[in-house]
Amino acid sequence: MKLYVLIPFLPLAAFIINILLGKEVLRNKAHWPSCLAIIGSFIISVITLFDVINGRVINEDLYTWIISGKFQVSIGFLVDQLTAVMLIVVTCVGSLIHIYSIGYMHGDKGYYRFFAYMSLFVFFMLMLVMANNFLLLYVGWEGVGLCSYFLIGFWYEKRAAADAGKKAFIVNRFGDFGFALGIFMIFLTFGTIHYAPVFSEVKNFVGHTVNFLGFEVDLITLIALLLFCGAVGKSAQIPLHVWLPDAMEGPTPVSALIHAATMVTAGVFMVARCNAIFSLSPDAMIVVAIVGAITSLLAATIACVQNDIKRIIAYSTLSHLGMMFIACGVGAYAAGVFHLYTHAFFKALLFLAAGSVIHAVVHNDIQRMGGLKKYMPITYAVMFIGALSAGGIPGLAGFFSKDEIIWSAFASHSEVGKFVWIMLTAVAFFTPFYSFRMIFLTFHGKFRGTHHEEHHLHESPNVMTIPLMILAAGAIAAGWAGIPSVLGGGAHFAHFLEPVVGHPEFHGTHAQEFGVMGLSTTIALIGLVIAFVFYIRKTDIPVMLARKFKFFYVVLFNKYFVDELYNLIIIKPTFWIARKFLVGFTDAKIIEGIVNGVPKAIGVFSNKLRRVHTGIVHHYGIFMAAGAFFIILYVLLWR
Amino acid sequence: MEQVIMNQLSYPILTTVIFLPVLGALLILISRRSWELWIKWVALITSISTLILALPLFTEFDKTTYKMQFVEKHSWIPEWNINYYLGVDGISILLVLLSALTAILCVMISWYSIKTKVKEFYISILLTTAAMIGVFCSLDFFLFYIFWEAMLIPMFLIIGVWGGPNRIYAAIKFFLYTLVGSVLMLVGIIVLYLYSGRTFDILELMTKSYPYSMQLWLFWAFFAAFAVKVPMWPVHTWLPDAHTEAPTAGSVILAAILIKMGAYGFLRFSLPLFPEASKAMTPVMLILSVIAIIYGAVICLGQTDLKRLIAYSSVSHMGFVTLGIFALNSQGVEGGILQMVNHGVVTGALFLSVGIVYDRTHSRQIADYGGLSTHMPIYAAFFMVFTLASVGFPGTNGFIGEFLVLLGGFTANKLIGVLAATGVILGAAYMLWLYQRVFFMAVNPKVVGLPDMDIRETLTLVPLIVLVFWIGVYPNSFLSFMHASVEHLLERVNMAGSLQEANIAKTIMEGVIR
Repeated sequence: MKLYVLIPFLPLAAFIINILLGKEVLRNKAHWPSCLAIIGSFIISVITLFDVINGRVINEDLYTWIISGKFQVSIGFLVDQLTAVMLIVVTCVGSLIHIYSIGYMHGDKGYYRFFAYMSLFVFFMLMLVMANNFLLLYVGWEGVGLCSYFLIGFWYEKRAAADAGKKAFIVNRFGDFGFALGIFMIFLTFGTIHYAPVFSEVKNFVGHTVNFLGFEVDLITLIALLLFCGAVGKSAQIPLHVWLPDAMEGPTPVSALIHAATMVTAGVFMVARCNAIFSLSPDAMIVVAIVGAITSLLAATIACVQNDIKRIIAYSTLSHLGMMFIACGVGAYAAGVFHLYTHAFFKALLFLAAGSVIHAVVHNDIQRMGGLKKYMPITYAVMFIGALSAGGIPGLAGFFSKDEIIWSAFASHSEVGKFVWIMLTAVAFFTPFYSFRMIFLTFHGKFRGTHHEEHHLHESPNVMTIPLMILAAGAIAAGWAGIPSVLGGGAHFAHFLEPVVGHPEFHGTHAQEFGVMGLSTTIALIGLVIAFVFYIRKTDIPVMLARKFKFFYVVLFNKYFVDELYNLIIIKPTFWIARKFLVGFTDAKIIEGIVNGVPKAIGVFSNKLRRVHTGIVHHYGIFMAAGAFFIILYVLLWR
Repeated sequence: MEQVIMNQLSYPILTTVIFLPVLGALLILISRRSWELWIKWVALITSISTLILALPLFTEFDKTTYKMQFVEKHSWIPEWNINYYLGVDGISILLVLLSALTAILCVMISWYSIKTKVKEFYISILLTTAAMIGVFCSLDFFLFYIFWEAMLIPMFLIIGVWGGPNRIYAAIKFFLYTLVGSVLMLVGIIVLYLYSGRTFDILELMTKSYPYSMQLWLFWAFFAAFAVKVPMWPVHTWLPDAHTEAPTAGSVILAAILIKMGAYGFLRFSLPLFPEASKAMTPVMLILSVIAIIYGAVICLGQTDLKRLIAYSSVSHMGFVTLGIFALNSQGVEGGILQMVNHGVVTGALFLSVGIVYDRTHSRQIADYGGLSTHMPIYAAFFMVFTLASVGFPGTNGFIGEFLVLLGGFTANKLIGVLAATGVILGAAYMLWLYQRVFFMAVNPKVVGLPDMDIRETLTLVPLIVLVFWIGVYPNSFLSFMHASVEHLLERVNMAGSLQEANIAKTIMEGVIR
């Protein structure tokens, strides 16, 4: 019995049960199939992980999915070290979020629907990480996007929610457009789209060029960049990042599961999976690193001025995803995946804690919160831990993975290594700053909401707080699997992934490594202290700064006006073309003009011709005479 | 003459499938006008029996050969060498089955919504079905042309009698548009007949080769007929009017089967009869296809009428079909054929769905809906599945077809592939936007209290849901029918490529000698 096959199909079964029986039969017990399924998947994932640790890597096909000419692709699974890590992340964090949702979604009229979609999402996410070929990866890729669409728009009667879901789907399609072209290029180049043959053959194509849309480009760079388009969409990197903040319209557990821990990291996973391709294209690597660095820094700066608690965390997610891409871009794939893994814990924790807060105050605006720590001490404690971990404070999970990335950037051979290192160091300042700005505004000081709201404040039930505490433990300890050797650890995480992603060549001394670590840690602590001063001690400073640097404040507050820009250059013109030009002009005037014009012209012409037939005999006589006259004239003159 | 496999079943299957609906129509004809229930049941049972009797095509088909199968041949008008000659191969078989299935669904969906001239309505539906199946089975040009034109008359009546307010305009437009194209094809058929020594035998005509300049003329003559039917840009404007004004069953037949005839014509006639001309005209066809894909998709964003939007989306989807066909590689052509079936299933289903809600509200305006998910959740779920299939979501049939077509298109020409792939983005945009305006957001007072789908309506959509997932998850059940025929077709077209120059030279020489 191939036990591992059950990992994705248990959640699929739960989805089917819930969609068929949830509404009428299960009702407020609809969480049972979904929770049991994902916990089952988690247990099997752990078993599979041990199999992989013992060296049993699985790569097998279930059946041949599509055959057409030379094109063949299977439904098949690959479970190696990278997949095993992803399986644990998805099912472990996923299980906790499922359990938390029992409390959070309690009493919602779409309760069964929520769990059905969550299970479907888990199914597609697991297919995505377990696929052994690009097309099945693409299936999972689109599938998680669809579930994201459903779950963002879960409260579909709200226009903003419906809009945000649609936006996420369509923006992702832009990325998938490139991704699909990448798959086509892979097929044209290798004649197959299965991982194993592609990754082993790719080195034979170094230096090959191909004519793409009139440009002579390096083949591997082209493939890598097309694939990366997909990652940019799914992992919400600039310029396709606009959907993620809006996605916060969905229920908070969705934000934690899909928009923090799992789906948005699929891009990083994909790049790590395709490291054989990316590593052979220095140009593509530079693009990956730069896109990651720019996203990371811009998102971190935006996060500093937002007031919606979930959007702050969403921008923080963008920033952290950027860091993971930086790691991939400088060749430190293991560091990127390591950060993916720790990030899943501390970011899920931050989101769920924020959900716990929202559960109590029933809105998202941190300006109308404050002083919550005495009402909800557990939430406060775990969120504090999450913020410390995210901010890269030494000893916690986030510190080790972030430090690994910063050091990789500094020590790598990448041409842009030093540049992205500087960017990362700047981000290291902002991350604790905005995280603790959020904590201080939410939990410290006095409550700034109404009396009515204050009356309602309460700690969340156990079914929510226990998963929070487990995640908090993860946010502290998850990083200990990868403590670097310079700190006396074994860097087990990187060694475990080595068979898949290789080992980057670094140049640097222990002294440099300590120096880089010391610098970023100091900067992080400065960020924390400034947040403390701004939002607890001298609360008038931020107001004054916002007034003094009004321009910067407005730009940041409006997220660099990217949404407005897209609206102006893409959405409005497209609709104008559709409504005014195509419907109103080419179809209605030109084509229909001809289609209706020809019969009309014939009608007009025959109408004119009809007038000749007056029925009056001497008219006909005149015509006859005139005709005879011209015929005679013709015969006389020309013959 | 090419070898064929004669029908080995105990009954002449193709004749049965074509003429059983005619028999049903005759039975209805002699029935009393007031026996409405009887008439409906006759129509339903006839169409179901047709599908059941057609099933051996699916199970007994020999997938290893490209040869025509289940062939029946009888002399009909020997003086002109006209035969009653039927057969199917991997290109036509799925369309025959789809036609038979569509007929059942059309009868079911019209059960209550057609209230006037019930007798004539079901006669028209059955006769259209017969003619459509006839078109896909004919191996004799004369027979083919009869079916091809016979189909127009009941269809014209369905739109013109049971259609919406603007039905007369739409019906006449539909009729004239298609007739103009067909007449040019008739000229082409006669030219072939005379040139080849007086035969209408399609298989025999395929074995001959024709001078390049003649091929070009004939290609465009046939193009006129097929492009209008597909419909390709810019001869697509009959489609939105016809679809919008037709009753639900009419829209479904139009979308699911009738517009497939154009694409089928390209595959069955244009490519094998005029391979050199087809190859030479490939760039034009690819460009027209891409224009249709993008134009059809963008124009959908400007629609306010449900049926009109779906009609324009057909223009875009059929662009994928012609793109696949003229990519001239196995992925493209097989994807194109599968996409024909997919489009039949999905767009047919979308029109059925619109019909279901139109029966309740009598409005096609998108603005008259909103928040429908709350009141009709089962309907919303079905519509979501078809929406996803329409945007080519993996796991549904639309994905397989679109993916293969794009892969084929990209292989043939990268720029074409890239441009066509933008249709996938636009497709998601207009379909999801449509879905949002109809099913999400605040509940429109006009839809409050609408009942969800009943058993009859659900049963109408269930077969299509099954097909959506069947083709999506295990497409080989359907793709395997095509391999041999498509390989054979491509061999003929691509072999012509090497002969093309020789042929052009020959044509020029002939000109010089004259």
